[in-house]
Amino acid sequence: MSDLSGSTELQGAPAASLLSVLRRAGGATLDAGLDTVSRLIDIPMRLLQRLIGERRMAYVFLLPNLAFFSLFVFVPLVINLVFSFTGGESLFPSQRPYVGTDQYAYLFDCGSYFDPASCRVDHFWRGVANTLRFTVFQLVSMVTFSLVTALILNMRIRGRGFFRAVYFFPVLLSPVVVALVWKWILQRDGLLNAGLTMIGGQKILFFVDPTWAMFWSVFVSVWAHMGFYTLILLAGLQAIPSELYEAAEMDATPRWRVLWRITLPLLWPNLIVVIVLALIRGVQTFDEVFVLTGGGPGTATLMIVQYIYETAFASQVQNFGLAAAASVVLGVVLFLLTLAQLTLTRRRGAS
Amino acid sequence: MRTINRWVVGVVVLAASLLALPQASGVRAAEAQTTLRMTWYSDGNEGEVVADLLRRFEDTNKDIHVVLDQVPYKAINENLPVQLASGQGPDIARVSDLGGLARYMLDLRPYLKDAAYWEANYGPFLQWMRVPGDTSSIPGFTTQLTVSGPFVNKTLFEQAGVAMPPPKATWEDWAKATKEVADKVQAPFPIAFDRSGHRFFGMAITQGAAVFDDKGNPAVIDDGFKRAAKLIYDWHNSGVMSKELWGSVAGATYRGANEEFKNAQVVMYESGSWQISQFDKTIGTDFDWVAVPTPCGPANCSGMPGGAALVGIKSTKHPEEVARVLDYLASEDVAAEFYARSLFVPGHLGLARKGLDYKDASPAANAALKVFSNSVSQLAPAANQLQGYPANRVILNAVISRLGQAVAGEIVLDEAYKRISSDIEQQLAERNKK
Repeated sequence: MSDLSGSTELQGAPAASLLSVLRRAGGATLDAGLDTVSRLIDIPMRLLQRLIGERRMAYVFLLPNLAFFSLFVFVPLVINLVFSFTGGESLFPSQRPYVGTDQYAYLFDCGSYFDPASCRVDHFWRGVANTLRFTVFQLVSMVTFSLVTALILNMRIRGRGFFRAVYFFPVLLSPVVVALVWKWILQRDGLLNAGLTMIGGQKILFFVDPTWAMFWSVFVSVWAHMGFYTLILLAGLQAIPSELYEAAEMDATPRWRVLWRITLPLLWPNLIVVIVLALIRGVQTFDEVFVLTGGGPGTATLMIVQYIYETAFASQVQNFGLAAAASVVLGVVLFLLTLAQLTLTRRRGAS
Repeated sequence: MRTINRWVVGVVVLAASLLALPQASGVRAAEAQTTLRMTWYSDGNEGEVVADLLRRFEDTNKDIHVVLDQVPYKAINENLPVQLASGQGPDIARVSDLGGLARYMLDLRPYLKDAAYWEANYGPFLQWMRVPGDTSSIPGFTTQLTVSGPFVNKTLFEQAGVAMPPPKATWEDWAKATKEVADKVQAPFPIAFDRSGHRFFGMAITQGAAVFDDKGNPAVIDDGFKRAAKLIYDWHNSGVMSKELWGSVAGATYRGANEEFKNAQVVMYESGSWQISQFDKTIGTDFDWVAVPTPCGPANCSGMPGGAALVGIKSTKHPEEVARVLDYLASEDVAAEFYARSLFVPGHLGLARKGLDYKDASPAANAALKVFSNSVSQLAPAANQLQGYPANRVILNAVISRLGQAVAGEIVLDEAYKRISSDIEQQLAERNKK
């Protein structure tokens, strides 16, 4: 619109007057249109309100969103569940034979759940073990580094705005881009190895060693997402009343005690959000690690979601049934984790 | 105000009508034209070549417009099968999993100008594109016949002062020589194999792997297979092969060493004829490279055949137009130009007999093409049987996935053998669930 105004000024008065006429005409038409629409909606809405009562009207407004949510979340969820009780290669559920709980039985056929090698579907259980390991390391690192960063960025330091932006920037990048950039840094002839050889060291093949591969998977994930969690914690820190810190200062309370007794308890609701989100993200991890390590070396960084993806899509026999069963197991784990975290939060809130 | 409003509405309607006029005539023109979608992947420059050929086809066939969707090879293997299963695929596609996708392919016979020409020139390869039990359909034509085999960096041998093993040398001879060269010139990869079951079987068949039993059912683990697996395993532990390819990723993920070879980091690279075009283009005169015959094992000196085909898709709404496009591309002159410009071993018997003139190829590329063309006659029956087996990727994927784990040190070879057999058995059982 501003461009239009600019061009009118340049073209002189006749054009300007035409534009203003058009605007006025358009504005009046719009007002009239909106008025008509609101009147049209008003009548049935009033009738509906009279019919179902004022309190239930909220559900009417929630209905459109619920319909979309159902279409894109609940319906696929149900379809996935149906797939997990079927076998064969066909894509359409109607053409797939019902196999009962065979896929689950196959998935859970293990000598010991703590030894993936004893399981028939060892790759799935290796994925479970790797995902657990990854989630624990990622969660601890993510919460620690986000908290420390948020505490520092909450202090009056020089260039605070700049550093806040710097820490948040990786969040804006696509996970695939992040993984590719780090892959180029870490590969045999990458930046890091170039640096190592420059100072007289030996090249390290990071993606051939299982420990290094897991370390860099966690590191890249923390680097890419820390900014988001730092932001949540920073918001929490800024909501803590400054009077509390002033009172503590007057009492000459040691800084660690201020952190332990004031900051952390008041930051707890935000910390819980960070823990829950980081935990769910950890369990769902796929894209970054897949691009960075491809699940290797061997299956050292193969995560559950990569197993599901490969079972369903990367094999010649696209085993949608088994992949769907593994997805259901993953979904149940996520649900339980979220439930546990919510219970913890409520207990903490009540106390 | 009402007059002005009417005037404004009138101007808008008039302008809209004027704008719509050419659009409407365009719609009429488009109605007469059939648009076909062709999904295509490239190893080298063949995407450019086919685009050029299609432009010429459209110039003389104004009623057909072909949209060429060039996608990565991974999309052909992972996304296209799902598209096809849902009935939403393209009209024509270039695929390499011929047996696996055979059930989605269109039988072109009723629409072709001369089906006998297709049978005479593409006959032996048509069986790879047919579902079991079908012996007569014509789903498409081979855009390239591939043979696996090694490329060698001759310059590295010269720099190291080591003699290249002669033809008929064994895999062990090559391992010894390439390790010596790599140690002398500090090359990180004495031998690099594509991380691919297909390439592994190139060697396994030379060691006597039979792959199938007498009834034609998969019987993958035998002495020949074990000999090849042991060689690969030992080479990774002795430094002849680097774990960066086979040991660094999970599952059946493909990893090639073409970039490493182009950067002169690989002494001998076991890959295949489809690499010639890109090596010719990118290596140029940076170093001397040659293709050598597949090293021998106790059984033979066979490589693995393979190929990609351009096929019609059953779900197309325009089978006649699809057949016209394929008839054009498969015709002798056009196919000859395609193979020659893409530097491919022809999958056309007539052209193979006549011999192709690869005018644009350098002497190195021409020599390599000759080596691969000659190796077609060396192919062992087991190699052809594996390539023609519709579920061959079940075998190839299971092998690479489990040997990859063994190479990475996660499982021992005996465990890998057991897992390979059970993976194949489970996947075939899943496929047979109806």
